Amino acid sequence: MRPILMKGHERPLTFLKYNREGDLLFSCAKDSTPTVWFADNGERLGTYKGHNGAVWCCDISRDSTLLITGCADQTAKLWDVQTGTQLYSFNFDSPVRAVDFSVGDKFAVITTDPFMEHSSSIQVKTIAEDVSEQTSESVLTIRGPQGRINRAVWGPLNQTIISAGEDAVIRIWDSETGKVLKESDKEIGHAKPITSLSKSADGSHFITGSSDKSARLWDIRTLTLLKTYVTERPVNACAISPLLDHVVIGGGQEATHVTMTSHRAGKFEAKFFHKILQEEIGGVKGHFGPINALAFNPDGRSFSSGGEDGYVRLHHFDPDYFSIKM
Amino acid sequence: MAAVMAMPDVEAAAQRLGINLSSVDLDDIRLPPGDDFGIPSDDDEDLLAREELEFESGFGNVVVVDNLPVVPPEKFEKLENVVRKIYSQIGVIKEDGFWMPTNLETRKTLGYCFIEYNTPQEAELAREKTNGYKLDKSHIFAVNLFDDFDKFMKVPDQWTPAEIKPYVPVVSKRSISRQDQYVICAGQETEVLWNDARQLKPELVYRRSQWTESFVQWSPLGTYLATMHRQGVAIWGGGSTFNRIMRYAHALVRLIDFSPGERYLVTYSSHEPNGPRDTHRVVLNIFDTRTGKVMRDFKGNADEFMTGTAGGVSGVSWPVFRWGGGKDDKYFARIGKNVISVYETETFSLVDKKSMKVENVVDFCWSPADPILALFVPELGGGNQPARVSLVQIPGKEELRQKNLFSVSDCKMYWQSNGEYLAVKVDRYTKTKKSTYTGFELFRIKERDIPIEVLELENKNDKIVAFAWEPKGHRFAVIHGDNPRPDISFYSMRTTHNSGRVSKLTTLKGKQANALYWSPAGRFVILAGLKGFNGQLEFYNVDELETMATAEHFMATDIEWDPTGRYVATSVTSVHEMENGFNIWSFNGKLLYRIPRDHFRQFLWRPRPPSLLSTEKEEEISKNLKKYSKKYEAEDQDVSLLLSEQDREKRKMLKDEWERWVKEWKRLYDEEKAERRRLRDGEASDEEEEYEAKEVEVEEILDSVEEVVP
Repeated sequence: MRPILMKGHERPLTFLKYNREGDLLFSCAKDSTPTVWFADNGERLGTYKGHNGAVWCCDISRDSTLLITGCADQTAKLWDVQTGTQLYSFNFDSPVRAVDFSVGDKFAVITTDPFMEHSSSIQVKTIAEDVSEQTSESVLTIRGPQGRINRAVWGPLNQTIISAGEDAVIRIWDSETGKVLKESDKEIGHAKPITSLSKSADGSHFITGSSDKSARLWDIRTLTLLKTYVTERPVNACAISPLLDHVVIGGGQEATHVTMTSHRAGKFEAKFFHKILQEEIGGVKGHFGPINALAFNPDGRSFSSGGEDGYVRLHHFDPDYFSIKM
Repeated sequence: MAAVMAMPDVEAAAQRLGINLSSVDLDDIRLPPGDDFGIPSDDDEDLLAREELEFESGFGNVVVVDNLPVVPPEKFEKLENVVRKIYSQIGVIKEDGFWMPTNLETRKTLGYCFIEYNTPQEAELAREKTNGYKLDKSHIFAVNLFDDFDKFMKVPDQWTPAEIKPYVPVVSKRSISRQDQYVICAGQETEVLWNDARQLKPELVYRRSQWTESFVQWSPLGTYLATMHRQGVAIWGGGSTFNRIMRYAHALVRLIDFSPGERYLVTYSSHEPNGPRDTHRVVLNIFDTRTGKVMRDFKGNADEFMTGTAGGVSGVSWPVFRWGGGKDDKYFARIGKNVISVYETETFSLVDKKSMKVENVVDFCWSPADPILALFVPELGGGNQPARVSLVQIPGKEELRQKNLFSVSDCKMYWQSNGEYLAVKVDRYTKTKKSTYTGFELFRIKERDIPIEVLELENKNDKIVAFAWEPKGHRFAVIHGDNPRPDISFYSMRTTHNSGRVSKLTTLKGKQANALYWSPAGRFVILAGLKGFNGQLEFYNVDELETMATAEHFMATDIEWDPTGRYVATSVTSVHEMENGFNIWSFNGKLLYRIPRDHFRQFLWRPRPPSLLSTEKEEEISKNLKKYSKKYEAEDQDVSLLLSEQDREKRKMLKDEWERWVKEWKRLYDEEKAERRRLRDGEASDEEEEYEAKEVEVEEILDSVEEVVP
């Protein structure tokens, strides 16, 4: 089907997230207003106004009532999804890069960038059931990895936190003590900064995308490298299909190089790979800038991509997509 | 590195010692110099290895002067002054750079001395100039570089007959294989690969990191692979291991060229001028490939090696020496001011002891098959003396044919690969002298008296973009036209009903092409649009005059046919930042496989060794091709069956492995179910929950208007 072009952001997209039911799509961009859309027809439902900088990441609670956003204005904010009102604002010393709700939505993991004299950090905050009781205290603060931590997510049963970032190493931390439990091997891991990380629907494995032009699939408990998908471009975004054994990988030439080449040269394609066979299935073209964000609808029947060009493209799969034989 | 501690260990150790790790800045720690705590650093090793390379010996600037008179101490100073005087003419002798040892008992000198210069170049010059210098009748200097002494010491005093290894005839896999090899350079890696077209992938033969410092080159028959190094050139060969066969010392070598029969190797280096008073010097060595001996060297000012036609590196058009006389490597020639110097390899001296005087000559080229030179002399005296192209037979130097041409601005000569035809592209001025137009003069070398035919394009004003002969054939193709989409015409030197005249076969209009790549077997040609056309490819069959396929290799920079004409490689080299890598196509334009590689620098097919079959046998085979090909078709089929079998198995294995993971995940997932439920405050977790869709009707009053009904 023809993709639906969703034009609402004025700046490059940074992140996309569906709610659990798959009826709403949340988008973050560098223009400081996270937006929510109907995931079916791409109609804009509303925006969340209050940030003052590029919004890098967001997460939505299981019951789709609470939204958390992380922003370069050194805050992470909680929002009422329905009304769009800001409920609470966590203040930090440096820009916020990644946010993720735990299972049960009682905690959130937030990463902050290295900034001035501050090194990067991973912080865990309690999310109060009643907003009036919300505090800004961190339950746990982890420091150590060099460079930005581009993504941090919760492991199974909130026992671990998985982080990945500019130092190209994936780390599994104990969410109680803050100790490193596992670290990806330099030999088999990524060679360049990891730009994205996305979990499978059941949270048993995850995929990481890196500027080294590859995406890799890992077991979330043992950090075993399962698969590697190689492309010709730096990978900015990746996602695992909840329905079929597919993964989608997007990226493109770095924004600084884009102006020097025709858009055909940039290969701003969302590429589908067979998850098990690691073979390329096909590509979806359309963006005229690198793809920065990708997300599958939880039903696996549509996906959306967000680009440096400021567009979100919503693709509903054609029937023949479901009958691809490999 | 076992000595490196894991992060948890470090933390534990820090705790024990009461150090707060987060307050320690690792970059601040200074290790005592010379102690690495047992942790070898890779960079140091690298650095050391490099240094060793550069300073293999520190005495490169020292010469040893032997056969000096033996003098008593009173005459020591006088002798020193004499020697110093001789040697300071050549270069600056270092302070304390003169040392003449004396016998401790008699206090007489020993008849030799050491002289140290500032640079090895000066030392080398001193050796060259003063070796054999006659001080007087009985004292003739023997001058050597100090470094060479090691070499001399190693020469055994006793002559032992060389061990002659029995010759074992080897039929290399390459001579009988149906596959071809190629070499690629990408980043620091150089790899030699088999082109396995059946399995649609390359098969690695040999890989080596930092094999060459700039590029690699096959010898013309594919026997050797040459690699470039600061110290010189090395050649490698063999079936699968690539052993070093020979080294050719030539410091800072920049360019190399093999003779067509690969018996000789020409190396070139140049010394760029450092200042206005410095001159641009070049050094050329001709080595015997097998013995590694320098057969002849040429040194001089770059201007002497400049030729009329520009191109190549920094003014010198490469190759400086052009080899002629077919595969026998009998002659080589170079162009100079008003002369063409032809050398023969038997004595490595000029044919007839003198160069050929040709007033104002600007270009020449050898016939690929015979010792015939074609040379071009432009107009002289403002058009009073016409330009001319002439064919000269070597070694007799007699002119076989000459053609005078009028109002010529430029000429380019193209030989057909068998030396049967020569095409000369002539750019002439129009009457107004404001613009030029192009025509061709076609020489039929093998016919009596060498008839010449003039060919003009239908549209005389068309610019010629490219010209190429069909290898071993009688056809040629021309890309012509001024507009962005030029036309391509094909001509034949002999058609069935018209054997003596050139005739046009067809013209293709408006093609996106600017380069022609004929298959080495002829018949097929790729019309390529490189650079501005972004890598358009059209695979064209000239026998049938039809396009077999059109394709695109985006941004392609290079195209190379394999030596059999069955496959084509198109590559994007690192002149572009992106898309680096290569594609392999079948002759008819089917993409077989593509390999992306970052920093891709070079792709070269390995030339095939000469066929082991006699010409008659080859003819017989091509006559009964069906009979012979049966065997190979069966073989191919077996391979493809085997492949699909292997493929199936591999897929099955991957799927099974994945199944195991999924099963494990499912088990863990079920195990964690209760816990997950607790975390969610008892809410039924995951997809097992049933949720029902409720239909809610919401009534909203949008607007209410009261109207008075009269």
